[in-house]
Amino acid sequence: MADIAVHESEPAHEDHGHGHDDGHGAHVTSTGLSNNKLAMWLFLGSECLLFGGLISTYMLYRGRRGDDPGPAQLFDIPLTSVSSFVLLMSSLTMVLAVNAAKRNEHSNTSLWLIVTGLLGALFVGGQVYEFTVFYNEGVGFTTSLFASSFFTLTGFHGVHVAIGVIMLMATAAIAKRGRISGDKAEVVEMVGLYWHFVDVVWVVIFTLVYLIPA
Amino acid sequence: MSAATEHVEHAGHGHNTDEHDPHHTPSDRYFIKVALFLALLTAAETATYWVPLGAFATPSLLLMMVIKFWIIIRIFMHLKYDSKIFGTMFYIGLGLAVFVFCVFLFTFQFFEKFW
Repeated sequence: MADIAVHESEPAHEDHGHGHDDGHGAHVTSTGLSNNKLAMWLFLGSECLLFGGLISTYMLYRGRRGDDPGPAQLFDIPLTSVSSFVLLMSSLTMVLAVNAAKRNEHSNTSLWLIVTGLLGALFVGGQVYEFTVFYNEGVGFTTSLFASSFFTLTGFHGVHVAIGVIMLMATAAIAKRGRISGDKAEVVEMVGLYWHFVDVVWVVIFTLVYLIPA
Repeated sequence: MSAATEHVEHAGHGHNTDEHDPHHTPSDRYFIKVALFLALLTAAETATYWVPLGAFATPSLLLMMVIKFWIIIRIFMHLKYDSKIFGTMFYIGLGLAVFVFCVFLFTFQFFEKFW
């Protein structure tokens, strides 16, 4: 989608008709919308296909484990529930960071981003602990089709969370220096969209993988 | 956290606050209320592990999952307030994923055991 040439050095136009500057994007676009945001939503739509494939593969293979331990023996629902709660609360702190960025409150933005990152790191820590317990129970990546599909699904999600934590910490550092303001506040929103998507995928995984009995 | 009013708007913009106004941003307090509701739903989901619901367990879990999913994408991800084009981008991917993988699971006779 072609941008209409508007340079950052030029003052933002207060045109509320077509092609207006929304106050967050540096460029005025032919749609009047942020191309970055459009691309992010397109990316998240494509991620649905990735996780859809992984979830449906797990659903198909979750009973294929022979005499090895299965979900009923392995899953620690109280621990996973706490992890889910932690990730859910990180979504709250993320929207608070986005709101703070929109109000140009640099220190609050940085603070909420760091809190979100720490909650995300706590979630990843819980997942590492869970994987370690499974491994000690004798269930490794190649033990059975159930184990392979489970580790692939939750591992991919964990990697997404870990990448999100890195993005959050980097954004927090930039916000702390006051470099995210005005037309750059959209950066926090982009990271937020990614983070909420990671949360929403976990909402599905938590129900379909952990709570619904095989 | 600064004092929150029900609706926060950008400085210098006096737009109305209808659903698809991209400048409309709910307050911190509103997001906290939504998060509390989501936490309650998570607690209810978790409770089904200890409270046997029999045949109602799976449908109720699926319903709560869909409600949580919908609230997060509509409110936390701002689809309710943003341009419909953003939602369309996402719903196309989501719809395609649900369709393709339902067909995939039907092909492998996954749903046969449920009826």
